[in-house]
Amino acid sequence: MTSQAIHAPVRCSITVAVPRERAYAVFVENTGNWWSTEHHIGAVRPEAIVLEQRPGGRWFERAPDGTECDWGRVLELEPPARVLLAWHLGPDFRYDPDPARATEVEVRFVAEGPSSTRVELEHRGFEVHGDAGGGMRAAVGAPDGWGLFMRELAAALTA
Amino acid sequence: MTTNVSDGLTALADPTRRALFERLAERPRSVGELAAGVPVSRPAVSQHLRVLKDAGLVRDRREGTRRIYGLDPDGIGAMRAYLDRFWTSALAAFKDAAEADTQEDR
Repeated sequence: MTSQAIHAPVRCSITVAVPRERAYAVFVENTGNWWSTEHHIGAVRPEAIVLEQRPGGRWFERAPDGTECDWGRVLELEPPARVLLAWHLGPDFRYDPDPARATEVEVRFVAEGPSSTRVELEHRGFEVHGDAGGGMRAAVGAPDGWGLFMRELAAALTA
Repeated sequence: MTTNVSDGLTALADPTRRALFERLAERPRSVGELAAGVPVSRPAVSQHLRVLKDAGLVRDRREGTRRIYGLDPDGIGAMRAYLDRFWTSALAAFKDAAEADTQEDR
């Protein structure tokens, strides 16, 4: 695989049967606590994932005991069309406060009709980890890291 | 729903490849050493390693007559595989929440 392919953005999209304003609001306000909570950084399952509603705001998970773990930062908010987030988790899935090593998550809300919205998510900028060196080693070996992910994956694929 | 199914995800879907990947996480090893630890033939191990390599999860180097495999130090292929899955499941959950009855949460 070429390094260009390795660093290619991860893209996902989904169409939801709601107006664009609603889709945007549900996304940024985490309405119904929809964020997948099976993957988290803290030791316990978070009770909430929070996006602070301002540029420069925090993006973090909060555990039931109040402990907070940062995921990244809110860079740009353009209701109801677009959100740009900085993802501060490295290849070892640990928080790295250095913006120079953050990757970007852009979410676009495209109206397809009065009550249909296409949500396009692009996670990009992986070239900043081009010399990350060894971060995976700890993550793969950790019982709650890659080992867990691979067991989950196996279960999902053989279900 | 459309998503890029990443090579890394596909590569790790196979239990033998997952076992090889986990053993390489401990330290770099030769093909012979890897083959001794899994119940498949050496040519099959080489084939699995090629898949992992193409997915950007491992890399190899020649050491005399031996080929030594190790985790790709960047770990980017693995990270992308994880994120593919992460965002796919997150957006599915988002769709459920967005389309749910909205009386309760506004």
